Amino acid sequence: MTDFNYTAKNFKSENEVRWCPGCGDYAIMNSVQRTMAEMNIPHEKFAVISGIGCSSRFPYYMSTFGFHTIHGRATAIASGVKTANPDLNVWVITGDGDSLAIGGNHFIHLVRRNIDVNLVLFNNKIYGLTKGQYSPTSARGVVTKTSPFGTVEDPFVPGQLVLGASGNFFARAVDSNVKHTQQVLKEAAQHAGTSVVEVLQNCVIFNDGIHEEIADPKFRNERQLFLEHGKPMVFGNEKDKGLVFDKGRLKVVKIGEDGYTLDDILVHDAKTSDPTLHLALINMALPDFPVAMGVIRSVEALVYDQEVTRQINEVQATRKISKVDELLRSGNTWEVNEPTSSDPVPFFKKRCTLAQE
Amino acid sequence: MKDAKVIELEEVAIRFSGDSGDGMQLTGTLFSDASALFGNDISTFPDYPSEIRAPQGTVGGVSGFQVQFGKKQVNTPGDYAHVLIAMNPAAVKANATFMNPGGTIIFDADSFTQKNLDKANFKTDDPFTECNLVDYAKIAVPITSMTRESLKDYGLDNKSVLRSKNMFALGLVCWMFGRPLDYIEGYIKKKFAKKPLVVETNLKVLHDGYNYGMNMQHMTPRYMVHAAAIERGIYRNINGNQATAWGFLAAAEKSGLNLFQGSYPITPATDILSALAERKDLGVKTFQAEDEIAGICTAIGAAFAGDLAITTTSGPGLALKAEALGLSVMTELPLVVVNVQRGGPSTGLPTKTEQSDLLQTLYGRNGESPVVVIAASTPSDCFYYAFLAAKIAVERMVPVVLLTDGFLGNGSEPWRVPSMDELPEIKPRIAKNKDTYKPYKRDEETLAREWAIPGMDGFQHRVGGLEKNIDGAVSHDPENHQRLTEQRAEKVERVADMLPQLDVCGDESGDLLVVSWGGTYGHTLSAVRELKEEGKSVSLAHFNFIKPLPKNTEEVFSRFKKIVVCELNMGQFSAYLRDKLPGFTYNQVNKVKGLPFTVLELKQNFNKLLED
Repeated sequence: MTDFNYTAKNFKSENEVRWCPGCGDYAIMNSVQRTMAEMNIPHEKFAVISGIGCSSRFPYYMSTFGFHTIHGRATAIASGVKTANPDLNVWVITGDGDSLAIGGNHFIHLVRRNIDVNLVLFNNKIYGLTKGQYSPTSARGVVTKTSPFGTVEDPFVPGQLVLGASGNFFARAVDSNVKHTQQVLKEAAQHAGTSVVEVLQNCVIFNDGIHEEIADPKFRNERQLFLEHGKPMVFGNEKDKGLVFDKGRLKVVKIGEDGYTLDDILVHDAKTSDPTLHLALINMALPDFPVAMGVIRSVEALVYDQEVTRQINEVQATRKISKVDELLRSGNTWEVNEPTSSDPVPFFKKRCTLAQE
Repeated sequence: MKDAKVIELEEVAIRFSGDSGDGMQLTGTLFSDASALFGNDISTFPDYPSEIRAPQGTVGGVSGFQVQFGKKQVNTPGDYAHVLIAMNPAAVKANATFMNPGGTIIFDADSFTQKNLDKANFKTDDPFTECNLVDYAKIAVPITSMTRESLKDYGLDNKSVLRSKNMFALGLVCWMFGRPLDYIEGYIKKKFAKKPLVVETNLKVLHDGYNYGMNMQHMTPRYMVHAAAIERGIYRNINGNQATAWGFLAAAEKSGLNLFQGSYPITPATDILSALAERKDLGVKTFQAEDEIAGICTAIGAAFAGDLAITTTSGPGLALKAEALGLSVMTELPLVVVNVQRGGPSTGLPTKTEQSDLLQTLYGRNGESPVVVIAASTPSDCFYYAFLAAKIAVERMVPVVLLTDGFLGNGSEPWRVPSMDELPEIKPRIAKNKDTYKPYKRDEETLAREWAIPGMDGFQHRVGGLEKNIDGAVSHDPENHQRLTEQRAEKVERVADMLPQLDVCGDESGDLLVVSWGGTYGHTLSAVRELKEEGKSVSLAHFNFIKPLPKNTEEVFSRFKKIVVCELNMGQFSAYLRDKLPGFTYNQVNKVKGLPFTVLELKQNFNKLLED
């Protein structure tokens, strides 16, 4: 295997980055570029596809092949790119409005088909590019320019949609935690099939601090549960809290209290296809629970683009028709060759014969 | 042969009609194929309701299939049928207005019960008089009871027996028109290879129907239609949707590109998707998308990734694709969109034909958004126009919309299959030099940009819906936007350089020029031919290229005293011509009944214009 010795710099374009100062997007792009550099894949094999929204300017800042598409459709366009050429390493950059509102249909169908793309969902729970309207992940009651009296609708939880669409990979990270984001993105990139990484992103202008209760490094250990496959679900500054399954529900316990020991704590199994516990982890919310971070679900399953290729190869292995000329002459045909027959004229040279009749 | 009345005809139209569950489409198709094999030129027109199984016996549930065949070139399925096969009273009612005066009606006498007359809303017990069909040869054949008799030894249930009725009718018609049964027999044996009983019973009924005609020939007229004098070669029957699909296969092979189709099922375009889904042997990737938007978006993605990319739809679907079509205009990626037009607006008449999406195709997008628009004119030439649409798209880096319609898509005709050598080369504009490559650098002559595909080292670049400068960076520069808007329009206009000139059918100048476009060709050509035979000064200019128009269009128009534009909408092409070539008076013949023109109504309109 060739070692390309890329660094993050190899993935930065010459275009000036125009996100607002302090925007969480900078950190996420940093993580993506570092992840790509470490993947040891030729630079020209990367394609970064985005929709519309602040985050979707992303491809312009990358030096890879890029496609800044239209609102909500990045997932559909990326589906076409990857199906057409499964050799490419395809990334979708999208936001909560782009992929869960206007592009909701394409999002769930991408996940359902399990096309091998890496989707990074920047969730800031607000529309930034149109200057501050509520999004499908905004909490009920939130006051924005288009909900001056508060919204009267419940939000989507992205992970629920992924599981609801029979998704096989879902992870969560915080924009400012570059090291962890990078680790999660690496696992997402290695996963064959659609991988969805929800990054809790801070919009410094229109929704500043929306994730602070979770994301602030001060509370990180107490309020975030960093999941790793095969490791116990422990958290807390002293690593003294953990999750157990009790009467059909998750429960936070303190190790060493009420008779709980480390052995009682659930061990994370991201690879089980049973989504029950994964859903419970996705649903965990403050204040009763820490918020689950890291790779929550990573299940091996048949991959759409590979299956398309396999099917073609299988059919071609025993094909009777390998050229269009053969196809045109297959099935019910007959020959006309009468004394009265005229010589054939190629179609594009044909002229109307009415004048001579 | 005792005393069968033999009628010799140049061409004859037959209409098979019955309940949508009676198997009339299959009967019609088998008869058409047998006629084509016999050496007749044919043209067919299936006419079926949009409900899959509308209530039995009602007029709304009638499914019809018309075929015209003849000993010379047949351009239309025929305005009016010489022979109607009616499986029930509703079929008589539904087709009464489509009958040729003095024609023959063969009907299943067993189905003319009070119950069925009521279902078809007949007021009296004489449906023929009620439908003004007095002066027609009416042949009552007890099709149901004969079929039952024919199958009495097989122990079949009633439903299976009734399902074979169409074979009896088919056998009878084959006798009337002197069609050998071997092709149909072969078809049945192949189709039901795993059900020997079905093969046996169908063949039995088919032969009994044929023999019935022979035995009852004193009452059944016999028609003779000799084989047509046509080009020598290998022929097959093909409908427009299949021809469209195969045209893209040919283009993919010629261009050396892989074919990708992203589509969502929609009547009457779905058959293109199924035809290509079958062709994994030729490496086609078909993507049945979650909606129309994803259909075109996956195709745009595949075009970005270097495939020959197409999406297929019908009117409402094109409306949904509008925004994404604009994206392919902006990114200048090659894409072919096929619109198999149907009656609109909204859901409209899904199974009926119309040409009312022309203005939507030309203008139905935000911004200055020019695309190439071409139209096929017969079921079989859909093959060539699909091929050409693909050639234009990948050589000129531009989206192309190919307009066909339900009449072309479902209609079929015999087709001399070309060899691939007969088709022109296709040379995709793949970028070659990475040192000089710029995403929006253009060829001086064609204004086409180059196609650099992910995976090509050194060609990394970005495209997108935002206006760009030559390097592919976002640009809000006013001068740049003005220039690129003009270049995108000019690029489309320059496609005319690779297109043939407008061909005039008939005299090069004269009193009346009939102008038509797309799927009305067979009818306008037939009308013009018949008027010419009557000595009238009429010619036809039929358009396959709408945008850009052929370069000699204005010059052709100037050679005629009057121009009449015929189209199955309320005047969309004539409005476009008034805009593009304002110096002429455009008379119009328009029709929106979900049906093709009739040659008769066209001739009446033309005669009126000639007299004025």
